[in-house]
Amino acid sequence: MTDTLAPIQDRPAAPARAEPRVALVGNPNCGKTALFNALTGARQKVANYAGVTVERKEGQVSTPAGQRAHVLDLPGTYSLRARSPDEEVTRDVVMGKFRGEAAPDVIVAVADATNLRLALRLLLELKQVGRPVVLALNMYDIAQRQGLRIDLDRLSQELGMPVVTTVATRRRGLDDLLAQVDRLSVDGLRSDDQWHAPSAAELRAAHREAERIMKVCVRPPERPDTWTGRLDGVLLHPVWGTLILFAILFLMFQAVFTWARPVMELIDGGFKSAGELVNHTLPDGMLRSLLADGVIAGVGSILVFLPQILILFFFIILLEDFGYMARAAFLMDRMMGVAGLHGRAFIPLLSSFACAIPGIMATRVIDNKRDRITTILVAPLMTCSARIPVYTLIISAFIPPKVVWGVVNLQGLVMFGLYAAGIASALIVAAVVRRLFWRSAVEPFLMELPAYKAPDLRNVAQNVLMRGQIFLRRAGTVILSMMILIWFLSSVPGAPAGATGPAIDYSFAGMIGHAIEPILRPIGFNWQMGVALIPGMAAREVAVGALGTVYAVAGGEAATGTLASTLAGHWSLATALAFLAWYVFAPQCASTLAVVKRETNSWRWPVVMFCYMLAAAYLAAFVTYHAAAALGGG
Amino acid sequence: MARDAHLPQSGAELRRLNELRRGDRGVVARVGVDDHEAHGVSAEELERRLLEMGFVEGARLAVLFEGLIRRDPMAVRVDDLRVALRRREAQAVVVALDDDSRSRGR
Repeated sequence: MTDTLAPIQDRPAAPARAEPRVALVGNPNCGKTALFNALTGARQKVANYAGVTVERKEGQVSTPAGQRAHVLDLPGTYSLRARSPDEEVTRDVVMGKFRGEAAPDVIVAVADATNLRLALRLLLELKQVGRPVVLALNMYDIAQRQGLRIDLDRLSQELGMPVVTTVATRRRGLDDLLAQVDRLSVDGLRSDDQWHAPSAAELRAAHREAERIMKVCVRPPERPDTWTGRLDGVLLHPVWGTLILFAILFLMFQAVFTWARPVMELIDGGFKSAGELVNHTLPDGMLRSLLADGVIAGVGSILVFLPQILILFFFIILLEDFGYMARAAFLMDRMMGVAGLHGRAFIPLLSSFACAIPGIMATRVIDNKRDRITTILVAPLMTCSARIPVYTLIISAFIPPKVVWGVVNLQGLVMFGLYAAGIASALIVAAVVRRLFWRSAVEPFLMELPAYKAPDLRNVAQNVLMRGQIFLRRAGTVILSMMILIWFLSSVPGAPAGATGPAIDYSFAGMIGHAIEPILRPIGFNWQMGVALIPGMAAREVAVGALGTVYAVAGGEAATGTLASTLAGHWSLATALAFLAWYVFAPQCASTLAVVKRETNSWRWPVVMFCYMLAAAYLAAFVTYHAAAALGGG
Repeated sequence: MARDAHLPQSGAELRRLNELRRGDRGVVARVGVDDHEAHGVSAEELERRLLEMGFVEGARLAVLFEGLIRRDPMAVRVDDLRVALRRREAQAVVVALDDDSRSRGR
């Protein structure tokens, strides 16, 4: 095998060919990732493939022959005829055509033993690539429980490749699989790559071949899975299924917002104490300010969202492994379709209620690029948890806690209204984006509804931890650098000696705040609000602390009660409502923009996002301010 | 072209999948796009995608569930696979209905 490709930077320095490279390929939902986790355990590395935003997961395993093998978990696919960026990566890596990626020495084709027909067609394609392939019949325990009989010897003979049985979640069959890897890695390349994208006629021929193999090798199950059908009878029911979906979402939200709270308060408190410690031990100056207000406050503002994000991912991965996510997409497809969104956009948008960043990262499940970008563009309109402190502050300061219509709390009603405004505007924007940027018809919606499976908690835990790590590394580095930049703008230059106003007045942020005041006046904002908007770019909730700083409220963020009464004294109701309307839309989160840049690999979309959100925020605040003022709230 | 296992009954009623209702069953008689409605992908591409998800001549098919709004999308069983699709794409699949599914009051 000639290997003239440039070495990739994050590949461990290994003597060429001494350590076999193994690629896991399989249909979605075949338990491929569970097998990858079982093989490599904690020895995993997650990065992106060079030049694309597809996740690259590599791990290591020791084979029975004492070799160290590098295992690559490739994105799931139904065929090598790639339809999404993920599937393109799978195809190109399998064929050794991916730039900077060494060709695999052995391909492990993972198949759900209970769903072999689908896997066979992919296997027939993989065979054409001409590399050594071993078939891992995964979830073999379920096949046995169903009384499904597979003639393994005959299957191996028909396919011309070794076949092993595995149960990834119970770590069964791994040694057999690795022994085959050892054996095949010695053999090397078998034949030339003869794969080409199959035509419709060739696909039909592959179907016939798969059917023939099924007939000679597989006896249908004696006790077929009836649970999936019975569960679907309820979960896909047009009325009950939808109600259950909303109940699950409600539970998810309760968990994200209430379970996470104690841990978040602990983290918040911890970073506050660390900041105070720095403030007490270091002499006053730039270094102290950078450490306490820039670095420590910055890291704290990231970590404080980690509990919510872990809980969110726990639910998403649990439901995904159970097989429910495809059902959620099915139930929501038509409603999302009204706005020109794909059913699969539902989960990323849902995640955005906690934070737009994991939401945008989760849009990878959407195959079509246009559908994906539309979803990314509207994700930040979902009311993320960073808006909650801002909403709470303004609502408690301006909206009386009285009961309207007998049972409804007015403050709660306003909060609900802000959430509803976010959702409604997301749907409208999605519909507009579709008309504006791409007029073509909606992508086909064709999706497998996998059989339900009991999630394996160890696998779920491992995946949740990995998501958490990715969030910390990807978002963390971005947020931290943004926080430091914003700190710089808010603290430099420092206040002159004998200054009367708060220090932020004299900084670049203060200058910007004063400079943009004429632009902000038509929407009812004063210069103090303009100043607070600048640090609010780091993370929305930081605006609360910044308002405390500009109004020189003693105790700052800790004393939101005092801040609320101060604001009530300085702002009119119309200004407060305009500020809320602004916050529904404003692109007030530099990290989200940075993640969009990263995920779309272009500056175009973050720029589009920033501009449309800014325009919408200004318009919404303008209308709100003048409407409220006309009604007597000025 | 059809697999000998599930040859459609001769004289079976042919219907497009998008016209079927929950509980209808039959055998796929033909897969191919012949309408002029835009699907966001070419006719050949849609045909291949349908084939890849198991919609192939001779496959057993049953409509399992329908969505809340305008009975869209639909969930069908194709041989041993469950697949969700929109009625818009389902137009490209012609089904030879089983005798007991024929003309159920439509």
